[in-house]
Amino acid sequence: MWRQYVKMLKTGLKTESLRKIERDPDVERLGVEVKRLIDKDFAGSLAIREVDAGSCNGCELEIHALNNVYYDVERFGVHFVASPRHADALLVTGPVSRNMEAALRRTYDATPDPKWVIACGDCAVCGGEFGESYASCGAVENVIPVDVKIPGCPPPPAALLGGILEAMGRRRIKQ
Amino acid sequence: MTHVNDLVSLLETEGIPRQGEHELLPARVWQIESGHWGNAARLAREAGWRWSAGWAEDLGDTLRVNSLLEKGGKYVLLRTEISPQTPELPSQTPHFLAADRCERHTQDLFGIRFLDHPDPRRWTRHQAWSGDEHPLRKDFPLAGNPLEKTPPDKDYPFVKAQGASVYEIPVGPVHAGIIEPGHFRFQAVGETVLNLEEHLGYVHKGIEKLAEGRNPEGLARLAGRVSGDTTVGHAWAACLAMERAAGITIPDRAASLRAILAERERIANHLGDMGAICNDVGYAFAHYQFGRLRENWLRDNRDVFGHRLLMDRVVPGGVAVDLDREAIERLDTALNRLGRELDELLDIVDRNTTLGDRLYTTGILTPQTAATLGCLGYVGRSSGQSFDARRDAPYPPYDQLKVKVPVEEVGDVGSRFWIRYKEIRVAMRLLRVLLGRLPAGEVRVDLPELDEGAEGLGIVEGWRGEIITYVRFGKNGRIDRYYPRDPSWLNWPALERIVLENIVPDFPVCNKSVNGSYSGVDL
Repeated sequence: MWRQYVKMLKTGLKTESLRKIERDPDVERLGVEVKRLIDKDFAGSLAIREVDAGSCNGCELEIHALNNVYYDVERFGVHFVASPRHADALLVTGPVSRNMEAALRRTYDATPDPKWVIACGDCAVCGGEFGESYASCGAVENVIPVDVKIPGCPPPPAALLGGILEAMGRRRIKQ
Repeated sequence: MTHVNDLVSLLETEGIPRQGEHELLPARVWQIESGHWGNAARLAREAGWRWSAGWAEDLGDTLRVNSLLEKGGKYVLLRTEISPQTPELPSQTPHFLAADRCERHTQDLFGIRFLDHPDPRRWTRHQAWSGDEHPLRKDFPLAGNPLEKTPPDKDYPFVKAQGASVYEIPVGPVHAGIIEPGHFRFQAVGETVLNLEEHLGYVHKGIEKLAEGRNPEGLARLAGRVSGDTTVGHAWAACLAMERAAGITIPDRAASLRAILAERERIANHLGDMGAICNDVGYAFAHYQFGRLRENWLRDNRDVFGHRLLMDRVVPGGVAVDLDREAIERLDTALNRLGRELDELLDIVDRNTTLGDRLYTTGILTPQTAATLGCLGYVGRSSGQSFDARRDAPYPPYDQLKVKVPVEEVGDVGSRFWIRYKEIRVAMRLLRVLLGRLPAGEVRVDLPELDEGAEGLGIVEGWRGEIITYVRFGKNGRIDRYYPRDPSWLNWPALERIVLENIVPDFPVCNKSVNGSYSGVDL
């Protein structure tokens, strides 16, 4: 067991400041801002339900990375929840496949108001490589209302973080 | 080619005459009459062949059905033609369980009936098109005839279990974690799983239809998104198929660079999976450590190759990246660092008896079941199935390399954890060799415009196992048929067996240990 503790101490704290991730002072400013907004509007916690509505799983890999030690998205009060009933926001990936269309609508309906939707990745934003067809509804906004779009194939973790921050700001303006 | 000659002469002596034959590297095409389709499969199984892939094509006046068989690294592509008016033929599933879902997929998309199929329920078709529409027939438009709102797929005829204390747990398509959608139907008594049935197809995006009419570059891009975690593997298989159709060989440097990308993809995914397996039994320390190593690895990908997941780096005719001296040194240093970290980390993990309690004897897949299902990659190799295309059916640059293939017989979750670690070590050794003697020269050549009917078969070892890709060109150098067979097709059915007699709370770790791609099979 002591080896494990030695490894932990040797590894040290790896979580990076937003400045290091993005090298963009605006994003760090937004990071501080988002924390303030989450503290104020959501009592310190923003709950996100992720829905893969037809992605190739590339976006999922990068969303997972948000939870690794470098990005540690929970430090901003953002966490991923298991049920839409517990969610403030949906993070939707993929073009919406017709086979997932009903499930996505139901997930949206199951999310309590006020809620908003973040379309994650090129496919979710505009249909991407798959577009609209007999099997695909294309962009997420063709099925449910979308508030924020994060382009990229897939968007790297820093872009995801930026998108979530943007969503917070937009929501503020809308109110 | 003795295996191939043995099989085709067996078929002939058993009264299955040849209608035609030709080479479609690395396979020999053997065309037979459709009435013999099932019998040919029976003979092949009895002769020890493995069923690898199956697909159909709409040629206008006929429907062509294919199934690819492998033995000792040699491939035979059985082919037959049937009439679009009476699209039916015997099934190969009674002889090869592996053919089950591929045949049901073909049934749903081409309207081909496999007469004695033991389970002819629909598979890929939910409610987006009707049972008498067939999206991969040429007369079906890409846009289809969708309803304004697609109804939920609520009446799929699941297998029922009845009796005192038996209860059912429906899970999905939207799962609790950040994973792809699919439906799992459990029947359980107390904590014990009696039966599990998978119902996939939720992320069917019409990839095969979308490929029609694309140019080679467009197809490579699409192939790179069949399953995002296997972007290098699928793009390589598609490009290899197109290059074989064109009869060209890519430069040695390009082949080596592809292998560097593929081995890096293997390591990144195995690191992520090993962390996720630990996470599913609540061992946070290892989850975060493996996650950190994976992130370091992806950042090197971004800095050296320009994309964290390496999308669109493999292109027709070669690769879209090159390595200079500095980049090679950087990748070498990263390899050494990863090696040191893994030595330290795996020693800690190995000594953790609590982790051992959860992983060992959980979710056993016996070698016999794995062989019957035709399991591939780490799922097969942790249950005694040693096939690895890099060693057994090598393609450049692996034909110049010695690939060691680790195999275990135990087949539990622990085995699937450790086989990944061993594969990481093999991949690291390969990377050292590849980086150490990267051939000089070009990284890309032009793919000539191909004639109508030119076809190619791409077989590569992705990180999940053997990937099969078939490509046939139509008019003006455009793709007429693209079929990618992800290894998950043959590994998903194993999960249904693995969880039997296990407790329901161990399902997540069993599922993670298999880690089938949903997108890769839903297409």
